[in-house]
Amino acid sequence: MSEVGLVTVGVSSGGLQALKLLLGSLPADFPLPLLIVQHLAPESGDGMARLLADCCAIRVKEADELERALPGSAYLAPANYHLLVQRDGLMTLATDGYVSFARPSIDVLFESAALALGPAVIGVVLTGANSDGARGLAAIKAAGGVAIVQDPADAEASAMPAAALAATAPDYLLPLAEIAATLQRLAQRGRGARHV
Amino acid sequence: MDEAADRVQDVEVSLLLEGVHQVYGYDFRDYADASIRRRLAHWLAESPFETLSQAQSQLLRDPQLFVSLLRGITVNVTEMFRDPPFFKTLRDQVVPFLKTYPFVKIWHAGCATGEEAYSLAIVLNEEGMAGRYRMYATDIDEAVIATAAEGVLRLSEMQKYTRNYQKSGGRASFADYYTARYDRAILAAELKSAVVFAPHNLTADAEFGEMHLVLCRNVMIYFKPALKERCLALFDASLAGGGFLCLGMKESLERRALATGYEELVPNMRIYRKRYV
Ligand SMILES: C[S@@+](CC[C@H](N)C(=O)[O-])C[C@H]1O[C@@H](n2cnc3c(N)ncnc32)[C@H](O)[C@@H]1O
Repeated sequence: MSEVGLVTVGVSSGGLQALKLLLGSLPADFPLPLLIVQHLAPESGDGMARLLADCCAIRVKEADELERALPGSAYLAPANYHLLVQRDGLMTLATDGYVSFARPSIDVLFESAALALGPAVIGVVLTGANSDGARGLAAIKAAGGVAIVQDPADAEASAMPAAALAATAPDYLLPLAEIAATLQRLAQRGRGARHV
Repeated sequence: MDEAADRVQDVEVSLLLEGVHQVYGYDFRDYADASIRRRLAHWLAESPFETLSQAQSQLLRDPQLFVSLLRGITVNVTEMFRDPPFFKTLRDQVVPFLKTYPFVKIWHAGCATGEEAYSLAIVLNEEGMAGRYRMYATDIDEAVIATAAEGVLRLSEMQKYTRNYQKSGGRASFADYYTARYDRAILAAELKSAVVFAPHNLTADAEFGEMHLVLCRNVMIYFKPALKERCLALFDASLAGGGFLCLGMKESLERRALATGYEELVPNMRIYRKRYV
């Protein structure tokens, strides 16, 4: 079994600003990969990933089918596809119908990460105006992972973090500006590593 | 969840898939883990069983319970003109080649409920190929094949499909292709006449002979690499030299065994042309 640890992030409306701040605050040598679902219209291209790549020290790109998730890199789910992760750290895409009214769906990413990597997963729910991610974050917690929720009062759209709070008790309830530092501390402490 | 528990779950999944294969003949052993595990977990959560091994004994004896599992783990989602730019490229850059043949044979593998097959029929008919092609549209799932053959869609989808159709370079009015009846849209007979729907299992069945166009989109994305390779070999054996292979927008021939035998027609559209040897 591999030693991958993983950060999964779900974000919806207000996502571009939130991701700029979160990903922009991580150093190039951040030791874990980040897998991100940002809700997008079905025909969006990879413009968002390119934009973020230009303003972040870590690598940012759209996830490709069977691509390996590497440390210091963030992968966005492509528009119109669910993003999942396998036990061996390879990412896969799927065209299942909408889950929690979304494709890509945060719940799908979080559940697949929880099933594949259990305690090695850190789940982060950020700003958004729906409730995708709530069920997935509960699955991450139930599998022994770490749950982080952006304080709804701090979020551009509070519904999504509020729904996540209603579904599970997070380990950290934080304003956006403090999440990057927390991720770094957790990563250094080996949370999010397979063998703790 | 510790590592021992992880291992037990791995074993449970593979034992179940092995049992299902031996008893019912459905072979999910080479399907990509992430998706199948997630779907199994959901099915289990809705079932009265605690674990997959607990469910297994009854699953292997009760065909009806197996059908519920089958419905839980298969994905038949599709739509008309999904990825309009793909259909536009097909229309503008593939059809002109196809028109140079007196008669064209097409294999559409993993057609689900048929929306893609009917989209393709619309493109071919509008480009003047009516009466000059036959399309074999296949799927492992006999229930979806039966639905596909009926050619009846949900009326509520028509707005989205009309938009997709227009973006794909449609030359007519999408409304010409269906008749509304209650909440259904009944597709025109002219779209069905050249399409043959039939069951075909990509994990076990043989190739089709001398095809000019093979479409298999968003099916192999659910398969492990070895099964992808098997399917691609099947498509390769089915295609005539100069024929076209179309994959889903996030699938590619990169790193696949038969990559060298094909050239990509247009970047990022996942349309590959088989080289003449
Ligand atoms: C997600 S749908 C894709 C439908 C359509 N091609 C599209 O892209 O919109 C996948 C289809 O592949 C079919 N399928 C799965 N395993 C198969 C197999 N072994 N042989 C043939 N078809 C299979 C499923 O039944 C399902 O209808």
